Amino acid sequence: MKNTVLALSLLFAAPMAQACETFTIGDISVEHAWSRASIGTDRPGVLYLEITNNGTTDDALTGLTTPAASMPMLHETVVTDGIASMPHAASVPVPAGQTVVLSPGGFHGMLMGLTNVLKEGETFPITLTFEQAGSLDVSVDVLSMRVEAAACDDAK
Amino acid sequence: MRRRQIVLSLAGLAGAAAFTLGLGAWRTRNRSVHNPLLPLPLTSMDWRLINHVGQEVTPADWRGRPAMVFFGFTYCPDVCPTTLLDIADWLEALGPDADRLTTALISVDPERDTPDALANYVSHFDPRIIGLTGSVGATARAAADFRVSFKKEPAGDGDYTMNHTAGVFLFHANGQFASIIDFHEDRRFAVPKLRRILA
Repeated sequence: MKNTVLALSLLFAAPMAQACETFTIGDISVEHAWSRASIGTDRPGVLYLEITNNGTTDDALTGLTTPAASMPMLHETVVTDGIASMPHAASVPVPAGQTVVLSPGGFHGMLMGLTNVLKEGETFPITLTFEQAGSLDVSVDVLSMRVEAAACDDAK
Repeated sequence: MRRRQIVLSLAGLAGAAAFTLGLGAWRTRNRSVHNPLLPLPLTSMDWRLINHVGQEVTPADWRGRPAMVFFGFTYCPDVCPTTLLDIADWLEALGPDADRLTTALISVDPERDTPDALANYVSHFDPRIIGLTGSVGATARAAADFRVSFKKEPAGDGDYTMNHTAGVFLFHANGQFASIIDFHEDRRFAVPKLRRILA
C-alpha cells in the first residue's frame, strides 16, 4: 500500500520535461497528449492527443486506463441539428498511414471519477490500448483550463 | 326569381367564407407570427432563474442591453469548456465594447449546477460571463422560450451527461432575436455577428 501511494505520488509529480514527447509502439506513435486542469475531482477530466499510424494496417484505439481516473472512457462530441451529444465511442479508428486527432469538439477521452485534482503543470500517465499495436504508456500534460491545443512548438 | 336565388347563394357563399376565415383567425389568435424554431424575443420570454451569486434574474433585467446566451453544464468535459473558451476569446476580441453585452450560460443540469458550482466554474473563463440555474421546471421554462432542447443521457455507474442545443443565441438591445453562432464557429464569423448587436 505504502509503495502504491509512493508510486502514485511519483507519477503525479513527474517532471513536465517530456511535455511534447512522442510515444511509439510498433507502427503507432502518439504525441501532444494533454488535459485541462480540473476544478476539484467531481467533474470529469478530458484527454486529447494525436495518433499516427505509420504502418500499412488499419488500427484502432480501443481502451484507456489511468491511475488518474476510475472510469476513463472514449467519447465523441457529435452535433446533430444543433444539438450536442457525447456518445460513448467503443473505439477510435486509426487507418493506415493517417493521423487521427482527439481534439476539442470531436473525439476525446472522458476521465470520469478523477482520483486527484488535475493541476496545471503536472503530468499523469495513461495506457492506451490499440487493437493491433497493443498497449502504449503515454504521459499526459495538464495544461491551463483556458487552453485549446497542446503547448508544443509543432502543435497544430 | 332566378336572380334572387343567385344573390342569395352568393351571399351564402360569402358568409361561409367569412365564417371560415374568422374561425381560422380565432383559432390562431394566440399563436405568434414567430418562427417556432427560433428563440422568442427576450421581451416575450417568461423565465425566472438564479445567477451564480444567488440573485434572481428575469429577462426584464436584461432590457436595453444586447445579450449573448447559451446553454450548457459544468460537468461537461468537452463541448462546454470549448464554447466558454470561444466566448472568452470573442469577448477579448471585442475589447471594452464587450462590457455593454450581457453574456450568460444557462445550465441544463440544475441538479449538479448549483449557483456555487457555477460561480467557481465561470470565473475561470471570463468574469463577464453570468451563470444561471434554477429548478428543473424553471430550466425547462427558459429552454422552451429559447427553443432549446435538453435531455439527460446515462453514462454508466449512475453518472450522466446532458445532450443539449449547442448554439449561442444573440439578441439586440431591444430584445429582438438577432442570430445564432454555431458550436465552434470560426471567430472570423462570430465576432462580426457580435459587433452587429453592439452597433
